[in-house]
Amino acid sequence: MGAPKGGVVTYFHQAIVWLNDPLNWTNPGGILDALRTHLIISGLALLIACAIALPVGVWFGHIGRGGGFVVAFSNGTRAIPTYALLAVIYVAGIAGIGAASAVPALAIFGIPPILANAYTGIREVDPEVHDAARGMGMSGIQRLSQVELPLAVPYIAAGIRTAAVQIVATATLAALVAGGGLGDIIYAGFGLTIAQGGGQILAGGLLVAILALLVNAVLGIVVHFVTPKPLRTRRRRRRRTAAVATEAGV
Amino acid sequence: MSFLGSPALAFQQSASNPWFSWHYIQQNADQILTDTRFHFITTIEAVALAMVVAIPLAVLCYWVRPLGAPILALSGVLYTIPSLALFAFLAPFVGIGVTTILIGLVIYALLLVIQNTLTGLQQVPEDVRDAARGMGYGRFGMLWHVELPLALPGIITGIRLATVSTVALLTVGVIVGQGGLGQLIFSGLHTNLNRAAIATGTILCVALGLALDVVIALFGRLVTPWARRRAAS
Repeated sequence: MGAPKGGVVTYFHQAIVWLNDPLNWTNPGGILDALRTHLIISGLALLIACAIALPVGVWFGHIGRGGGFVVAFSNGTRAIPTYALLAVIYVAGIAGIGAASAVPALAIFGIPPILANAYTGIREVDPEVHDAARGMGMSGIQRLSQVELPLAVPYIAAGIRTAAVQIVATATLAALVAGGGLGDIIYAGFGLTIAQGGGQILAGGLLVAILALLVNAVLGIVVHFVTPKPLRTRRRRRRRTAAVATEAGV
Repeated sequence: MSFLGSPALAFQQSASNPWFSWHYIQQNADQILTDTRFHFITTIEAVALAMVVAIPLAVLCYWVRPLGAPILALSGVLYTIPSLALFAFLAPFVGIGVTTILIGLVIYALLLVIQNTLTGLQQVPEDVRDAARGMGYGRFGMLWHVELPLALPGIITGIRLATVSTVALLTVGVIVGQGGLGQLIFSGLHTNLNRAAIATGTILCVALGLALDVVIALFGRLVTPWARRRAAS
């Protein structure tokens, strides 16, 4: 099957028509249903990823060990195709069938950015600040909760943002395995011929891309506001360098 | 052309469904070899194309500072778009085939190579550039003989990251029937949830990614002998 006939305009037109049909939004399994499932899967996966990665990353950063493990884990998960992990977890049947089986796989891919940023954030705390806190007689736990954690907030928030965008983007692939989420719209479109489904494929792609960019933008604002004011200007420059190491494939 | 059924409908476990089966591998040796070869070749093609586009772009960002931010921002936006959505944008225009996959993979590899090449170039010490200028190197001479060689560690890092993520991402090509080893996983999902097929595809895919990573890392060590000497002394 070669390039389809019909031209660029036709498909955009079809996509607009498809998006303009209210039934495509409100039908069972329509856009609103798919969006709800998509957000629920993604939210659960992000919660699990945070619950695992934050304590481990913060603790490793606090005791100053485990950096090798953090890097190895990031690199290791990068080599695992999302599609493969989704399929393995689905077929193993450990997480039930249907959309829910995507949650553990998505959570695993959300861990590396949160872990790496929590670790780096705590490690990057100025040694002099550390010494000062120690000199004031703070215990290890006090230093962690009152000094290190607040100073690491920009990093931790940036890590959660990266993970969230990645999870929302990757949740699209759930459609390829067990179904569920906005990926279903694209998947169903590919099930038709391109001539029939082209518009729907394009519409689904647009919805997913907009959602990912929207989550990225909204969380960018959230990160800005949870960052303590004095840290805001410095953060921008620093996050760039951390991002190279933490952003994994989609 | 409805080759995409729903795997959920095929949820009938056969009596024995092992994760690893010699029988499966022997029966499907040809298919496995074909898929592996396709996966390997397409990855190499995608990364090579990405390098051809990304390294000049990184040099451009390096020379013309104001261009850096918009180019990085644009490739960042492209990187945020989910792979399935990107293939969805391309498929109606490019058709169902390997070209769609290749374009998508190149786009995702771009950001990684640009970012790391740029980082590598920016780490060239100013006094080294001064010395090169004093020796009479022009802009291109300095780039070719001084800056790019010194940026090699960054470039190699970018290529490694791009290669590993390309190998993983290629599996999503199943949506247009061009997923390489992903096709094994796909066929496993769609034939009574055959675990052996899924495990074989997964393991080969991870192995291919890690093997390519090691090969490129070794190549990187070979072409930057000074980095090792400096670390040793």
